[in-house]
Amino acid sequence: MKFEGTDTYVATRDLTLAVNAAMTLQRPLLIKGEPGTGKTLLAEEVARALGRPLFQWHIKSTTKAQQGLYEYDAVSRLRDSQLGDPRVEDIAHYIVHGVLWQAFESDVPAVVLIDEIDKADIEFPNDLLRELDRMEFHCYELRKTIRARHRPLIVITSNNEKELPDAFLRRCFFHYIRFPDKETMTRIVDVHYPGLKRELLREALEIFFELRDVPGLKKKPSTSELLDWLRLLLAEEIPAEALRAKDAKEAIPPLHGALLKNEQDVHLFERLAFMARRKS
Amino acid sequence: MLVDFFLHLKARELPVSTQELLALLEALKARLVGPSLDDFYLLARTVLVKDEAHYDRFDRAFAEYFKGLEALPGFDVDIPEEWLKLAARRHLSEADRLRLQKLSYEKLFDQFRQRLAEQKERHEGGSKWIGTAGTSPYGHGGYHPEGIRIGGDSVGNRTALKVWERREFRNLDDSVELGVRNIKVALRRLRRFARQGAATELDLDGTIAGTARNGGWLDLHLRPERHNAVKVLLFLDIGGSMDDHIRTCEELFSAARAEFKHLEHFYFHNCVYEGVWKDNRRRHDERTATWDVIHTYGPDYKLIFVGDASMSPYEIDRPGGSVEHWNDEPGALWISRLLKTWPKAIWLNPLPEAHWHYTPSIRRLRELFGERMFPLTLDGLDRAMRALTR
Repeated sequence: MKFEGTDTYVATRDLTLAVNAAMTLQRPLLIKGEPGTGKTLLAEEVARALGRPLFQWHIKSTTKAQQGLYEYDAVSRLRDSQLGDPRVEDIAHYIVHGVLWQAFESDVPAVVLIDEIDKADIEFPNDLLRELDRMEFHCYELRKTIRARHRPLIVITSNNEKELPDAFLRRCFFHYIRFPDKETMTRIVDVHYPGLKRELLREALEIFFELRDVPGLKKKPSTSELLDWLRLLLAEEIPAEALRAKDAKEAIPPLHGALLKNEQDVHLFERLAFMARRKS
Repeated sequence: MLVDFFLHLKARELPVSTQELLALLEALKARLVGPSLDDFYLLARTVLVKDEAHYDRFDRAFAEYFKGLEALPGFDVDIPEEWLKLAARRHLSEADRLRLQKLSYEKLFDQFRQRLAEQKERHEGGSKWIGTAGTSPYGHGGYHPEGIRIGGDSVGNRTALKVWERREFRNLDDSVELGVRNIKVALRRLRRFARQGAATELDLDGTIAGTARNGGWLDLHLRPERHNAVKVLLFLDIGGSMDDHIRTCEELFSAARAEFKHLEHFYFHNCVYEGVWKDNRRRHDERTATWDVIHTYGPDYKLIFVGDASMSPYEIDRPGGSVEHWNDEPGALWISRLLKTWPKAIWLNPLPEAHWHYTPSIRRLRELFGERMFPLTLDGLDRAMRALTR
């Protein structure tokens, strides 16, 4: 079974190839790219397209590798023992299964998303080397080794905040999601708003890509922001002509709050617009 | 054949390992891709390259290997962007297009190399030189049936350039200049988490272990919160020749401000002497004695100098050598005092590394710093932070 993108997710040729390679050769797939280019969405869409269960593990700065395997809930056991609960005899009741354990025990091949792995401590990826390589780990409390019944497809996303260790990278396949060009972007918008008027879309994309080219923006608007903005434009029923009014006083696109998320960026843009107006 | 390709990548300094070559062979055996070179390129990139900063290098290496050309001239020499800035697009009529004769491939490259050697400035609208909007086969925004597009966006004529030849990932190469965010990422290398201060957080593991040891009696343990405990002293060269690098230094400064809780900064001019200052507008009234700085901050601080280190050698080595005032003791003595107080020290230089060799004062300061001078690029910053943590 091959992944070819879905009705709500446009995958470029290089991305589908990377996903299929990772699936066939059973290696983890590391995804990087600008924020808002659909890194996290990829795992969800792959799981949906292939009809596999998805297990998500969102990483924070305090996340430990162990938490993805299992945790021993000693506090509950302590409480139960004070209350005389008979469950306390069996330690297995207090082993809380982590995401990887659940995925390894799944009856059908699963998809695992390890989201934003770079948020965790520098040592985090190293602690998962063996688990990702052999797809097994040992549970000390139960004296038992958990092995994957079917090797899951593991999708890892990173925002590049920390460098990942070489040994970890060597075990992964890697793909960098580029910012889509106009053509791909039109397809993406089509998928999300099938009824959108050609004209409005063309004008909106024009403004959007112009905005991305403004030098010195702190945060460039990305795909997800474009989609939000289009939703707003549709909801407010703004006509395509309003977007085209370039020479008018409104050099700033309507509802720009959806595109520019940073006060300084809005100021910068207003200043540039002012200068452009003065020139003309 | 793939072993050759693999060794070629290795020779182009891509960090590829045998394990990855085996994975690539496995993928080919599994018939993941058809016999198309485009697909092979994508697959090889997915399997072999693990950092988008290396995509550009991979593209070049791939092009080299599969074209069988000795290093494409344009990819080596990096033509100044300015030549290619698209100012106007000349519209060609059909007749014009037909008039343009097609050159053969080898001839094209030979001529290109030759012109690259001859041409020294920006050019536009002509039919011979490298530039924009013309009918010369070299440059962009123009038209020639078998042209080489150099920089810029293709104007829609789309002559047969391969994906890897477009070099779309050039900006991600880590030897290029920095932005605030990139600097922050590089500075993060210096993170040193530690638990210091008041114990406010419940230490669950400690509590459990303590309770177990107590035979079941609850034994609460608290511990301080974890935070980045790295302390940094930043000395910035300001004025004079540093004016060219203001933007980079500002970016570095704002990134460092956001990244380190314990950051102290001081300004100096060219070389450090008995006084430094914190506010450049009031540099003449509000000076801090360097001795005070040395006595105030503990040896756990890390010292970062930022400056182009370009001055007359006298400013470093002679008393009275300073350009601004009479200094009783030479700059070199002050620098060695600072280095003795804070042995973890580096110098960041905004000038490109390749030029350092020509300036005696840079050589001298490098010597003083024990070769710990790094260029102010992403790669240099990375090496610098590594040197600081060592």
